[in-house]
Amino acid sequence: MVKHKSIRKEIWRKIKGDIVLVLCLAGIIITLVSLAALLFDAIQQGLPWLDIQFLTSFASRRPEQAGILVALFGSVWVVGLTAFISFPLGVGAALYLEEYAPQNRFTSFIQLNIANLAGVPSIVYGILGLGLFVEALALGRSILAGALTLSLLILPVIIIVSREAIRSVPAADREGAYALGATHWQVARKIVLPQALPGMLTGTILALSRAIGEAAPMIAIAALVYVPFTPTGPLDRFTVMPIQIYNWVNQPQSEFRGLAAAGILVLLAVLLAMNSIAIYIRNRYQMRGR
Amino acid sequence: MVVKKAKIDIQDLNVWFGSKHVIKNISMGIKPKAVTAVMGPSGCGKTTLIRAINRLNELIRGSKTTGEIYIDKEAIYSKDTDVFDLRRRVGMVFQKPNPFPKSIYDNIAFGPKLHKMVDEEDLDTIVERSLKGGALWDEVKNRLNDNAFSLSGGQQQRLCIARALAVEPDIILMDEPCSALDPASTSKIETLIRELGEKYTVIIVTHNLQQAARVSDLTAFMYVGELVEYDSTKRLFEKPESELAEEYITGKFG
Repeated sequence: MVKHKSIRKEIWRKIKGDIVLVLCLAGIIITLVSLAALLFDAIQQGLPWLDIQFLTSFASRRPEQAGILVALFGSVWVVGLTAFISFPLGVGAALYLEEYAPQNRFTSFIQLNIANLAGVPSIVYGILGLGLFVEALALGRSILAGALTLSLLILPVIIIVSREAIRSVPAADREGAYALGATHWQVARKIVLPQALPGMLTGTILALSRAIGEAAPMIAIAALVYVPFTPTGPLDRFTVMPIQIYNWVNQPQSEFRGLAAAGILVLLAVLLAMNSIAIYIRNRYQMRGR
Repeated sequence: MVVKKAKIDIQDLNVWFGSKHVIKNISMGIKPKAVTAVMGPSGCGKTTLIRAINRLNELIRGSKTTGEIYIDKEAIYSKDTDVFDLRRRVGMVFQKPNPFPKSIYDNIAFGPKLHKMVDEEDLDTIVERSLKGGALWDEVKNRLNDNAFSLSGGQQQRLCIARALAVEPDIILMDEPCSALDPASTSKIETLIRELGEKYTVIIVTHNLQQAARVSDLTAFMYVGELVEYDSTKRLFEKPESELAEEYITGKFG
C-alpha cells in the first residue's frame, strides 16, 4: 500500500515537471512565431519598396517618389547627440552614487527615484521636453531639443546599468590599488572605470536602441510635419524614422503601407547594427578580463 | 616582549567594526629588517591588526580605531599623516592573489606611475628590479606584455609581491599570502619571504603553524582580539608561557 502511494507520487511529480516544460515551450514558441510573422509581413510588404531610391529620397505625396532619407538622417543625428549628452551624464551620476555619495536616507531616496524614473511612460518625457526645451529654453523644435528629451528618457537606464557595472568590479582590485597608495579618484579612474566601461557602453547602446524606436516623445517635440531638407546642425528642424513610419501608415493610399513596411525594415536594420556593436564591445572586452 | 629600536611601535591599539571590538588594547614593537609572524585561530583579529598599520581598515564603513602606531617614531594616525604616502611606504600582499586585469608590466608600473616616481625610461628598470625582487623575472622576462591572469596562482602572488616592492616600501604586510596556493608555490614564496626579511620589515599573518616556524624570527600569538604572547619564534614554539599558546601550538584547538 505504502509503495503504491509512493509510485503515484512519483508519477504526479513527473507530470508536474512535464506541464511546466510544456508551458515554457509554449511561451517561447508564441514569442518566436509572432516575431517571425511580424518580420515576414514587413519583409513581404516592404521589400519591393526597399531600394536605393527609397533610401536617398525625401518624403513625398507620391508613393513611388517617397523616401526615408530625411528621417534616417534625423534619427542618426538625434541618437548620436543623445549618446553624446547622456553617456557622460549617466556615467558621472553612477560614479558619484557608487563611489562618493554618503550612504544616508537622502542618497537612497535619490536611488529609489532613479529606479522610478526608468518606468515613467515616454510620452511624459515628450511633454516635459516640449515645455522645457522647446518652449522655456527656446530651442524650438530642433534636433537638440529632441536629443535632450531622449537623454532624459534613457538617463535612468544608463545610470542603473552603469552602477551595476561599477559594483561588479572586484573589491580585491580596489583594495590592491588603495594598498599601493592610490587616492580615491585614482582608484575610480584607473581601476573602476576601465573595468566597468564595457558594461556601461553595452547598457548605453541598448538604451539608445530603445530611444531610436521612440515615436511618442518625438511626435511631441518634432510634430508631424513635412521636413524638406536633411539636417545639417543641432538646431535644425527634423523628423525621425518612427514618425515617418507613423505618418505613412496613416495615409489613405495602400502603397504607403508598403513604404511604412520598408521604413520598419530600415529601422530594424539600424537597431540590429547597434545591438551588434554592443555585443561586439562586450565580447572584445570580456576576453581581456579574467 | 620588548623590542628595542622598533621599526613599528603599536600603542594601546583598539579597533571596532560597528559595535564589534576586534582589536583589544594591543601594544607591541616590530623589529626592523626581520620577519614577524602573527598567528592565531580564525577571527582573532590578525588581519585587522596588520591592516591597521597601513590604515586600510578605514575603507570599511563603521570602523573606528583608537590608540596610536608609530613608524620610525612618526605617529601615523595623526592629522598631518599623508595616508597615501603611508600606504606607499607600507606595502601589502593579500590572501588571494589580486593582480589587476592588465599586463604583467602594467601591474608593476601601476604604483610608480601613481606616485610619479619615474619618467618613462626609468620604468623598465623599476619593473625589472621589482620582478627580480619578487623572484619572478626569469619566468616572465620574455612575456611582460601578457595579461597577468595568464600566470599561475603562485606566479600571480609573486607578481603582487613585486608590485608592492615597486613603490619602494620599507615595510611589507602579508595577509596569509599562501593560503590559496599549492605546496610547491608556497615553498617558493616562503623562501622569498625569508629573503625579503633581510631588507624589509615583514609582518606575515598566518594560521599555519609550520609556516610561522619556518619563515619568522618573531611570533605573536593572538586570541579573540588580544595579544596573548609575543616572543622569538624559537622560544614561543619551544617554551610557550601561556596555556593558550601552548594548546594552540600543540594542536588542541585552532
